[in-house]
Amino acid sequence: MAISTSTPPDGAPGIGAERQRRRTLLHRLDVRGAPYAFVAPFFVVFAAFSFYPLIYTSWISLHRVELSTLNLMEWVAFDNYTALWDDDRFWNALFNTFTIGVLSTVPQLLMALGLAHLLNYRLRGSTFFRVAALTPYATSVGAAALVFTMLFERDFGMINWMLSLFGVDNIDWENNKWAAQTAISSIVIWRWTGYNALLYLAAMQAIPRDRYEAAAIDGASRWQQFLKVTVPGIRSTIVFTIVLSTIGATQLFGEPLIFGQGPNGITGGADNQYQTLGLLLYEEGWKNYQMGRAATVAWAMFLVLILVFVVQRIVKRVLARRA
Amino acid sequence: MTTDSIPVQTADARPAVAKKARKGTPSGGRRRQLFRHPGAGRQHHAGPVAYILLGIAALFSLFPLYWTMVAASSDNTRVTQTPPPFLPGPHLLENLGKAWQDAALGKAMLNSLIVAGVIALSTVLFATLAGFAFAKLRFKGRNILLMLVIGTMMVPPQLGVVPLFMMMTELGWGQKLPAVIFPTLVSAVGVFFMRQYLSEALPDELVEAGRVDGAHSLRIFWSIVLPIARPPMAVLFMITFVHAWNDFFWPFIVLDMTNPTVPVALTQLSAGYVRDQSLIMAGALLGTLPLLALFIVFGRQIVGGIMQGAVKG
Repeated sequence: MAISTSTPPDGAPGIGAERQRRRTLLHRLDVRGAPYAFVAPFFVVFAAFSFYPLIYTSWISLHRVELSTLNLMEWVAFDNYTALWDDDRFWNALFNTFTIGVLSTVPQLLMALGLAHLLNYRLRGSTFFRVAALTPYATSVGAAALVFTMLFERDFGMINWMLSLFGVDNIDWENNKWAAQTAISSIVIWRWTGYNALLYLAAMQAIPRDRYEAAAIDGASRWQQFLKVTVPGIRSTIVFTIVLSTIGATQLFGEPLIFGQGPNGITGGADNQYQTLGLLLYEEGWKNYQMGRAATVAWAMFLVLILVFVVQRIVKRVLARRA
Repeated sequence: MTTDSIPVQTADARPAVAKKARKGTPSGGRRRQLFRHPGAGRQHHAGPVAYILLGIAALFSLFPLYWTMVAASSDNTRVTQTPPPFLPGPHLLENLGKAWQDAALGKAMLNSLIVAGVIALSTVLFATLAGFAFAKLRFKGRNILLMLVIGTMMVPPQLGVVPLFMMMTELGWGQKLPAVIFPTLVSAVGVFFMRQYLSEALPDELVEAGRVDGAHSLRIFWSIVLPIARPPMAVLFMITFVHAWNDFFWPFIVLDMTNPTVPVALTQLSAGYVRDQSLIMAGALLGTLPLLALFIVFGRQIVGGIMQGAVKG
């Protein structure tokens, strides 16, 4: 903790002026240069392992590259793109990514909002409830998907057993398209609701209390206070979680892969009924050995994301205008 | 359980200048405000309905984990009976032992420990360095660079997997741990997190004082920043560790079953044609246990860290 070690290591005893000059020079160098040195590791690693690959993806997508001969790249211009455009599996995967994304994101965020509201009450044992809500977040995709696959088993799964108590016939969760997508979404919902709830809770606690008091004086019920004070008060956090969940949803991979139990996982079920873009990318690259095509799928994912951001900005602007 | 905030460093760990500056404030000053008391903005006492709903939510969160344990301690006939069992059976250790061998979980756990440990350490170190620079040092292009950091949060690393895979093959890192470690050595979220913390918790005067005393930047970082940044560093470490341990997509692509991390090894369990349900659940339980332990011990800190990193207002 000694800040007082004032002599720099280079401060060898010398003739005053010369030493002073060198010191100021070094000092200025340090003040100017150190900040860049401190931020450099982040940018170097990011440039090498994220930015460069991202750009290089587009170059690869213009080539035919096979997994077994990665150094042989044959220029094919936009063939991969036209092939992808004409491929039914692509549109199917795009649509599935969208539906699973909506099925998982919308209930997840709504439930998180409700949960955060409850956690925001004056509570006994609030730490317990918070930690409990966050526990699924500590579970890996692998473990979570394995457990849910079993809970959604057709013949002996617990979900079907519970439904049977209400007279519902066994549902074939794996082979029925919408059932499978619902089951996969439920894994995502389970893992991320508590996490989002905590983000909301943090934002809710930053809302000044007098706003509630003012609303109460104006005769607003608790529900009205929730709608008119709480929700607008955490708007930017809501937008933030929507963006995060959307990015997560476009990359959905582990849940459907493991839900498909082995070979069926990569294709997203026997009829591709729950194949996502992430799975299609993997199938093209590592099952069909076509890296060029996989890169094309990656670019398609990127375009989808950009589209989402544009839509999000428009929504944000509309919301801001309304407020 | 009380609703206390994250236990931050006590006053004596703080440099003298800071202590002086905050003489008036009771217990903790700015840093404590950052890890604000959880109840600061709360409005009403919770009624019975709120407790019931919260109880149901907790049940939903914890039940799948509990049931993993039930299934892992049963044999296959018991798991697959209707109605399903709700209480643990007698075969826990036996199943755990079998899963440990079948999925090569011993190696997988060691791998995951190395991967998550190295990634968490380097993320914390580099995030603190960069966060300090962005929070307290003045330099040209600071704002643009910070915008770049935030912008990179929006770029999912998944979009570059094809070239990344080719790179790793070329480097001879295919199926090896460096292939998993290197791309995730830093994190934009981490940089942003530390910046937010340090801009509030580290008084400018303290950095100035260090300068006046002739300390160079690294010395200031080492002697002034690090002691103050310890609590958020611990939080960032745990969050990064959890993420790195659970990461699936990239490790699944670049590693194979001879050298997997835990999530990759777990897929092995379900990929076979004969599905041994209780064995699968035993594996899932084993793969989750280390993180569950982390959560039981540090749950409150992790919760506080996530809430602190949130975008507020």
